[in-house]
Amino acid sequence: MSGRVIVDCQRLLCPMPVIRVQDVVRTLAPGSLVEARCSDPGALHDIPAWCRINGHRVLATRTTADDEYIVVVEVGEAE
Amino acid sequence: MTEQRKAVALISGGLDSLLAARVIQDQGIHVEGINFFTGFCVEGHTHAIRKKDRAKPKRNNALWVAEQLGIRLHIVDIVEEYKEVVFNPPHGYGANLNPCLDCKIFMVRKAREWIAEHGFDFIITGEVIGQRPMSQRKDTMPVVARDSGADDLLLRPLCARNLPPTRPEREGWIERERLFDFSGRGRKPQMALAARLGLHDYAQPAGGCCFLTDAQYSAKLADLWRARGEKRYEMDDIMLLKVGRHLRPRPHFKVIISREEGEGNFLKGYKRSFISLTTTSCAGPLALIDGEVSEEDLMLVARLVARYSQGKQEETVELEVSDREGNRRALRVRPMAPSEVLEAWHL
Repeated sequence: MSGRVIVDCQRLLCPMPVIRVQDVVRTLAPGSLVEARCSDPGALHDIPAWCRINGHRVLATRTTADDEYIVVVEVGEAE
Repeated sequence: MTEQRKAVALISGGLDSLLAARVIQDQGIHVEGINFFTGFCVEGHTHAIRKKDRAKPKRNNALWVAEQLGIRLHIVDIVEEYKEVVFNPPHGYGANLNPCLDCKIFMVRKAREWIAEHGFDFIITGEVIGQRPMSQRKDTMPVVARDSGADDLLLRPLCARNLPPTRPEREGWIERERLFDFSGRGRKPQMALAARLGLHDYAQPAGGCCFLTDAQYSAKLADLWRARGEKRYEMDDIMLLKVGRHLRPRPHFKVIISREEGEGNFLKGYKRSFISLTTTSCAGPLALIDGEVSEEDLMLVARLVARYSQGKQEETVELEVSDREGNRRALRVRPMAPSEVLEAWHL
């Protein structure tokens, strides 16, 4: 897990997880990794959509056994 | 070489803002979107909470619109700043606690600040004269431009030809003749334009995009303020108003009772902020108590919660009560009869 910024989005509903990720991504250099941990399944759609339109790359999405929704983002050049 | 002009479009996720941004893009302007999150935005929160709906999460329409347009979208959290608009709207409320005109002024003002900060030239909105009873009238649209400070940098492409030319039109950044003269509440011109532009899949807003336009939600918010003796809310408050049954059996406390498993799971996240109750002798809801309660009040709540459990026909139902520190104890009560749950308690 080293080298990635963890963004806690538990109990946040759309679009707050996107806003949290957006605010963190803005502070990072291209190539940095961000891992959003969410409780709203909508994050699996919304964070990738936000990444597509803003020039970032989703490296992985997954759902854990505890119903936690994980999205890993690589910061692009656009910011 | 002609300078590339840049506009920011207020994107709600509905058809009007989609069209407004698209027709300006089609005139060669670089457009980016901005979407403001007030906390009251209708964003499928109840859908995200309820178990039966979680398998099919609703899309975020603002993000979807931006993707259709191929533009960047900046989502801005204005929850804290927006409170003053909700508490003291200079132009008053609409039919409910919706401060639509001041909301529009506030958002355009924020967009005005944003374009100054980011080197953009003007602002686009999807407003149409006569579309909304408060913020989109012929007499209030100039108020939005003036009070927001955007003045003639605010362009409404869908009804621009019914309004005086703005700076983007006067300066020739865009052609006024290629803008529109829509007016009124009808949607046919917008739908025809969408078809012409090849846009077939778009959100069909039903009842606006803000919980404050909802009578039941506004009643619960007004109740919250009455109980607190002042207009005040936090993000958790406005989220909780979207979840469960809200009943106020006594002036000094109310009860939030989950209606299904997803709501129960969501309310569990608040167990350290409220006294909570759940049934143990049978399946039943999770309930939170907002307020300070006596032992007598607690028994009343327990009987009320039992009323909404699978054991409502039983002689007695057992419940577990947890305080904010997580200390638990058991209660056994007789469920309320339907006639004991007064209509006036329901918010």
